[in-house]
Amino acid sequence: MNLTLAETPLHGWHTAHGAKMAEFGGWSMPIQYGSIVDEHHATRRAAGLFDISHMGRLIFRGDAAGPFLDHLLTRPVSQLGVGRVRYALLTNARGGTIDDVLVSRLEDSEGPFFLMVVNAGNLQKVTAWIESNRSECADADKEGSLEFEDRTLQQAMLAVQGPRAGEVLAEVCSADLAGMGYYTAQCTEIDAKEGIVSRTGYTGEDGWELIVPATHAETLWNRLAQVAGQLGGTCVGLAARDTLRLEAAMPLYGHELDEDISPLQAGLEFAVQLEGGSFVGRDALVQVAEQQDYRRRVGLVSSGRRAPREGYPVLVSGRGIGSITSGTHSPTLGVPIAMAYVDREFADVGTEVSIDMRGREERAEVVELPFYRRGDT
Amino acid sequence: MKPEELKYAKTHEWVHVDSAEGGNGSMATVGISAFAVEALTDLVFLELPEIGKQVAAGDSLGEVESVKAVSDIYSPVTGEVVQVNEELPEALQWLGEDPYGRGWIAKIRLGDASALENLMDHTAYSKLCADEES
Repeated sequence: MNLTLAETPLHGWHTAHGAKMAEFGGWSMPIQYGSIVDEHHATRRAAGLFDISHMGRLIFRGDAAGPFLDHLLTRPVSQLGVGRVRYALLTNARGGTIDDVLVSRLEDSEGPFFLMVVNAGNLQKVTAWIESNRSECADADKEGSLEFEDRTLQQAMLAVQGPRAGEVLAEVCSADLAGMGYYTAQCTEIDAKEGIVSRTGYTGEDGWELIVPATHAETLWNRLAQVAGQLGGTCVGLAARDTLRLEAAMPLYGHELDEDISPLQAGLEFAVQLEGGSFVGRDALVQVAEQQDYRRRVGLVSSGRRAPREGYPVLVSGRGIGSITSGTHSPTLGVPIAMAYVDREFADVGTEVSIDMRGREERAEVVELPFYRRGDT
Repeated sequence: MKPEELKYAKTHEWVHVDSAEGGNGSMATVGISAFAVEALTDLVFLELPEIGKQVAAGDSLGEVESVKAVSDIYSPVTGEVVQVNEELPEALQWLGEDPYGRGWIAKIRLGDASALENLMDHTAYSKLCADEES
């Protein structure tokens, strides 16, 4: 048991700037600096600056790193070119989701390596999973070397997201940011320190994520916060990060994903390569794919004013057919939105359902995901 | 109304009793404190109680929902709801701008005034808020 919360290198900054702090994934994190809705809109309209240092960062080096990761991930990464980033899942033998991760293929002065970014609350579990599979692979006498290192505590990770994120980042990074494709990454200098920049994010906006030495986090954060502020942006806490990702229909581990939910059920087929794959959980997922009788992840828009919340039952003709996994009042759309798992026969877009909101039923409709796509407005 | 002249529940509702005696039959105006509104932030929905509803101190009087979460509003007094602030659900900003005035939620005719004795004065309530902050 972890009784004390971990603190990011920016913890002191957050508390000094009036952030409401709360536990998330074993870390003391900023939930909001002021209004969640203002932070949300600032990200959609200009730029949001996020401390995401709580995310776990694992480095894999050596000849065996690629094949080893292919053995654990729902789609292969060993053949990725340097600079490419891939979203994939770690699944257990039952096809349930251990974590959803981003894997980048990168190269620094020591040579090529893989970076895996995992959810904060799953870091210990994922590390143990990797270690146990690693010893199995070693027993099987697979060839080649594998070095594995958890770099989470030595580094800070920041996200700059929104239509003006590039302008903000250009202040501290001379790399060709505009030339970077979505889901690419590179080792580069950030504010004169060695770091990693990737064109990725968890908001539904264009943007970048940065990894820098922990010791340099506050200097960098201050510079970025100042520039973002000049452009109409702001620092953003986890509460608005949640409303942003929900509008973009991105799954959140512990809500839309867990060890009993398969990536197929979660609608993440794009990140699962069953053909030719031999990863842990593949056989179970092949069966799931054949049976097709699982609940589906859907988006719901409610016609009422109350926001659906996790655990609220979803009903059709008074009968429970699913349950809400995440919900909020959408700041961008101005209506209550939610993601839910429902029986497959009620998963089609346009299906009318109701949501039991603390004893009162409100009507809702299954809608296409995501709720928000940038450029739609 | 001045916050210094109000009584408060631990659950962050305020009460103003509009007669000197404050006995049974007096009218109590109820709302939620500035501290509560500040803690909730980004309010999106308020449910008012029904007129005529009998409530005991500690019963749910309605609910207030923010982007983040939904919270119950508890009645700090025992009595009958005789009036509600009908305009408030469409003007949630009043809860932030004027929580002790235009942001009032309901008026309750006291049935059992003894529940008032369990409420805090402004000094005690301010201390509670300071403790919750830290």
